[in-house]
Amino acid sequence: MYDTGKVLIGILIFILLFTSPILINLAGGKSSVKANPQLPQSGKCIESREYMKDYHMEMLNTWRDKVVRQDVRFLKKADGTYFLLNGVKAEMSLTKTCMKCHENKAKFCDECHNYLDVKPYCWDCHIDPSLVKKEIMK
Amino acid sequence: MSINRRKFLAIAGGTLALGVAGKQTLKVFAEAEARKSEGFACKRWAMVVDLKKCHETEGCTKCIEACHSTHNVPHFNNKKDEIKWIWKEKFEHAFIEQENEYIPSDIKNKPALLLCNHCENPPCVNVCPTQATWKRKDGIVMMDWHRCIGCRYCMAACPYSSRSFNWREPRPHIKQLNPDFPTRTRGVVEKCTFCDERLAKGLKPACVEACPNKAMVFGDLEDPNSEIRTMLGTNFSMRRKPELGTQPEIYYII
Ligand code: HEC
Ligand code: HEC
Ligand code: HEC
Repeated sequence: MYDTGKVLIGILIFILLFTSPILINLAGGKSSVKANPQLPQSGKCIESREYMKDYHMEMLNTWRDKVVRQDVRFLKKADGTYFLLNGVKAEMSLTKTCMKCHENKAKFCDECHNYLDVKPYCWDCHIDPSLVKKEIMK
Repeated sequence: MSINRRKFLAIAGGTLALGVAGKQTLKVFAEAEARKSEGFACKRWAMVVDLKKCHETEGCTKCIEACHSTHNVPHFNNKKDEIKWIWKEKFEHAFIEQENEYIPSDIKNKPALLLCNHCENPPCVNVCPTQATWKRKDGIVMMDWHRCIGCRYCMAACPYSSRSFNWREPRPHIKQLNPDFPTRTRGVVEKCTFCDERLAKGLKPACVEACPNKAMVFGDLEDPNSEIRTMLGTNFSMRRKPELGTQPEIYYII
């Protein structure tokens, strides 16, 4: 082989350049950007926090199918009793239930989703309550 | 333990039969549980529109306003982009098969109130490629906006023009957003769903509730003592384009 030494050095430089973002991150500790969703002050979510973090998108899909395709509207807990929100039966509804507790979509849902670069298209149709408030103020 | 061929077949067959039967019962229970309505329970929803009562208030659009504001139906000024769930049309246009020039002019020239007929035999359902529209057990021809891909086959199939297509983004054309009902987006079809979301809570359709003359009666056709059956039993009624065999569930008394 010709120039084995030079080729090896070239490969090494290439690998260093290619992995530089990871190496810099490793050296510098934490990444500077982080999702920081604003949680409600008190109360609890429908399920445990860990479960919600991992499965809220699937939960919403189940809700959607139950409401629209099976005509089952109200949210039940695991023990079969209704989930109450401010004393009334909670509906399986994005706007009417999730957004009652998580009022600020921009500081909660979007905070994570922007970080992850996911754009749920639900809001093309479902209404962000804070948007309506703004419109009335106008 | 040895087992002969005949015994093995008997046991295997029996287990299979039990399994199938068990699964079937589970399915039936699951469906019964899912269908246990928390609002009105009903077998076959239908509506009677009494046009004489409707005409008592000239130019009234209360039902249309109530429906369109509850469901965030946008308003466009041109016919091409128009979205309608319930609307008025000249009687002779709505009932073209009458082909009768000499009906009383007070009927001929006055509007008929039109909406989705929730047909017993809905052509729109048969053509939908994604099952975004289907017939519920209680007769409602339902829409699942999450599944609509905007192919507009259903619009071509519907003989009553009950379906509208969102050619343009609807949100800027909604006067007052009702946050409790989602809007639609450009590229989906929409129509009346007999207020499925209100029925589920034991409320009547918004149009029926809004009518000042009680011109619309909503109820269960399978219940012989219901108001709607009494109305149909004591009045001559007609339906739109009966010759097509779609069996509309909206009845008109003229
Ligand atoms: C009764 C009020 C309430 C309702 C309704 C509610 N949440 Fe929550 N949610 C909370 C609270 C409070 C927390 C804070 C974590 C905890 O202690 O449970 C939370 C946490 C979360 C988290 C985790 C956030 C994190 O960073 O840990 C997600 C995701 C979430 N909710 C999504 C939803 C969705 C989606 C819905 C509707 C399906 C919903 N929530 C309905 C009150 C509610
Ligand atoms: C703790 C961070 C976090 C919060 C807060 C959060 N989400 Fe999510 N969301 C995620 C993650 C992670 C995913 C999954 C992304 C993926 O699959 O790539 C996701 C995905 C989704 C999806 C599916 C998107 C898709 O394209 O499939 C929906 C719908 C959704 N979230 C709704 C909500 C709503 C509504 C809220 C506010 C009530 C919310 N989320 C709050 C982290 C969050
Ligand atoms: C094309 C418009 C459209 C889009 C996009 C859309 N929805 Fe919906 N959704 C609707 C309409 C309209 C209803 C109400 C149906 C009814 O009650 O008859 C509804 C109902 C629902 C319901 C039950 C009732 C309620 O008030 O929330 C859930 C849950 C739901 N959608 C979840 C979602 C999720 C999650 C997404 C995004 C992944 C989404 N939808 C995207 C139009 C849409």
